[in-house]
Amino acid sequence: MAVQIIKERNTGKINTVAIGATKEQGGTRTSIVTVGGDAALPFLHFEGEMPHKPVIAMEVQSRVPAQWNDVLKQPFADVLGDPAAWAKKCVDMYGAELIYLKLSGADPDLENQSPEECVSIVKNVLAAVGVPLIVVGCGNEDKDNVVLPAVAEAAAGENLLIGVAEQENYKSVVAAAMVHKHNVIALTPCDINICKQLNILITEMGLGLDRVVVDPGAGGLGYGIEYTYSILERGRLGALQGDKMLSTPVIATVGYEAWRAKEANAPASDFPAWGEQSERGVLWEAMTATALLQGGVHILVMRHPEAVSLVRKNIGALMVPQAV
Amino acid sequence: MALTGLDIFKQLPKKNCKECGAPTCLAFAMSIAAGKAALEQCPYVSEEAKEALGSAAAPPIRLITVGAGAKALAFGDETVIFRHDKTFCHPTGLAITVEDTLTADALAAKVAKVNDLKVERVGQQLAVDLIAVVNASGSPAVFKDAVAKVGSLTELPLVLVSENPEAIAAALPPVAAKKPLVYAATADNYEKMTELAKANACPLAVKGKNLADTADLVEKIAPLYKELVIDTGSREIAQVLADQTQIRRLAIKKKFRPFGYPTITFTSAADPREEVIQASVYVAKFAGIIVLKADEKSQILPLLAWRQNVYTDPQKPIAVEAKIYEIGAVTPQSPVYICTNFALTYFAVEGEVAASKIPAYILPVDTDGTSVLTSWASGKFSADSITAFLESSGIKGKVSHSTCVIPGYTAVLSGKLKEKSSWNVLVGPQEAAGIQAFAKANFA
Repeated sequence: MAVQIIKERNTGKINTVAIGATKEQGGTRTSIVTVGGDAALPFLHFEGEMPHKPVIAMEVQSRVPAQWNDVLKQPFADVLGDPAAWAKKCVDMYGAELIYLKLSGADPDLENQSPEECVSIVKNVLAAVGVPLIVVGCGNEDKDNVVLPAVAEAAAGENLLIGVAEQENYKSVVAAAMVHKHNVIALTPCDINICKQLNILITEMGLGLDRVVVDPGAGGLGYGIEYTYSILERGRLGALQGDKMLSTPVIATVGYEAWRAKEANAPASDFPAWGEQSERGVLWEAMTATALLQGGVHILVMRHPEAVSLVRKNIGALMVPQAV
Repeated sequence: MALTGLDIFKQLPKKNCKECGAPTCLAFAMSIAAGKAALEQCPYVSEEAKEALGSAAAPPIRLITVGAGAKALAFGDETVIFRHDKTFCHPTGLAITVEDTLTADALAAKVAKVNDLKVERVGQQLAVDLIAVVNASGSPAVFKDAVAKVGSLTELPLVLVSENPEAIAAALPPVAAKKPLVYAATADNYEKMTELAKANACPLAVKGKNLADTADLVEKIAPLYKELVIDTGSREIAQVLADQTQIRRLAIKKKFRPFGYPTITFTSAADPREEVIQASVYVAKFAGIIVLKADEKSQILPLLAWRQNVYTDPQKPIAVEAKIYEIGAVTPQSPVYICTNFALTYFAVEGEVAASKIPAYILPVDTDGTSVLTSWASGKFSADSITAFLESSGIKGKVSHSTCVIPGYTAVLSGKLKEKSSWNVLVGPQEAAGIQAFAKANFA
């Protein structure tokens, strides 16, 4: 009995989204990043093309992340107070393909940085690195609705990815992206129907789907990641069957999810069965990433350089052509 | 190739005796067609019917058992390609290698270390499942001794890794009662290996050079022996992913018999961290057993957690035990948060409460593992059930106040809860993400 290989005939594929703009394109980036275009399930090269490999964006915050544990702070100990230097270190030393700048210091409960301060931080980071930038707000809706439009205007031409747009609060960030020609992150925590709905709302405002990246609200390893994994698989299958509103590339905040797990933070003295803490934390983040990659993620937002290096190697190995 | 329920029904005795567990012969036939039952469960089926239905009546992937006793590992018998289609059933077995070149002391230390790779998570005992003894020495006598020694030091089932029939012939019979997996039959040795596995009634791995070659080899062995596990011989991640995907698809969608067995894979990276990352791909994509060298708790824990997640039944929400959880250094003045015992709800609340740095008690009410809105809608999260839990949990003996926080989405419960429980009720944020700001505003 000969083996009759099964290759699914997919009618749809994932959109491509380009982030960043070079001088010729009206920006100042030295590289741009294109994601998406997948015409098959993740890494099944024998079935359909995967023209762009998944990329890693390294996370930088606009305030010293006091709550991060020492394992995570150590590689950046010399730059945590300076977002531009932090970003530069991520690119120069750790090979970040994008920088994900979280304007956490804008939070009214924390430093309450003004929109002008936020704009200046974004400009400093843009000046310090040549890679494309992702900029997200602090999570306070009212504040973000003031900060993000200011950032979008100041960085006009840079073709940022900005966020986040949510079902209850998407208009101001989408409008800012439209006016100043940026891309938007649409966040819908673990709900495929709301994900579609939000994409419809965003496109109805006039922003093209080729400017949207969705964040399915990753559950971390050990804490509900299987929900995200199955939503990713269902979304990808929907896209491959031609559902345009599910065809947007996916971003996942891997570092945030992984490093809030107890397993990434507790010392071995508290849990002897868990083993050495720093390796455990690094692997917790790396495996959160590689698990989600198998569901179908295009941009991984990560923190620890050693986890980044492990995941980059995994992506490289998964992009090798297959004989079937 | 696959038969319909009616095709199968025609061959059954139509006695409706229920001895197979199904209410009628027709229902039994439908279960067989869906791959959920095996023809052998019918005590009255005729030999002719068995012949006629043959392989089409078997489940798409055979259930194979390695080991004997409480730690025996059953794997295979999967029925779907995507976990959201139903569920994955038999979690991937993790095997850690032990080489027969180790000195007696080193070998004993290594086995003790592997035995200790276990942990409890979310109420489940998680552990590595097998020890793979590798005939690195090349000597049948050394292999025999090492296998016997490992067998005496562990309750975990064994994999005997040697392509030399002489080594297997030496090592297998003394431990045959433990039902180790023999790895592996190849094109060069399969006649002898099959004979050995069959004579000792132990499962046998079949190792080919690629998909087609493996199918050919299985077709030669299967008529002689069916307790098989398959390995396409691929070791690079992308190729293993492709092979595993094809095996699962062909077994489920086409009932392609040569691939109707669970698989075994080996990591190839030298660095143990890279190994477990490689293994994370195989856990997601269909491996029956993964053999790896990594043996540190910090390396194995993430893999155990990922396996637990992938093999969680999506149809059954995971619940945490309904009891008092103390977060941080609590005092009688610490706040009391109420939520449901849906694991995701609880862990989201726990994470945010911990991050608020304000020690607190969390009381997840038993809602059969359903979320806040679902359990509120179904009446499982109500003023009555919360009041009952405030009484039964014993929280009154732990705090000196009587104020509790309920989820913002169930603000409507606050009046009635106040009345029933005589607790003061604070309405918390709708999403767990709001807890830190809420705690700071109310309890700092």
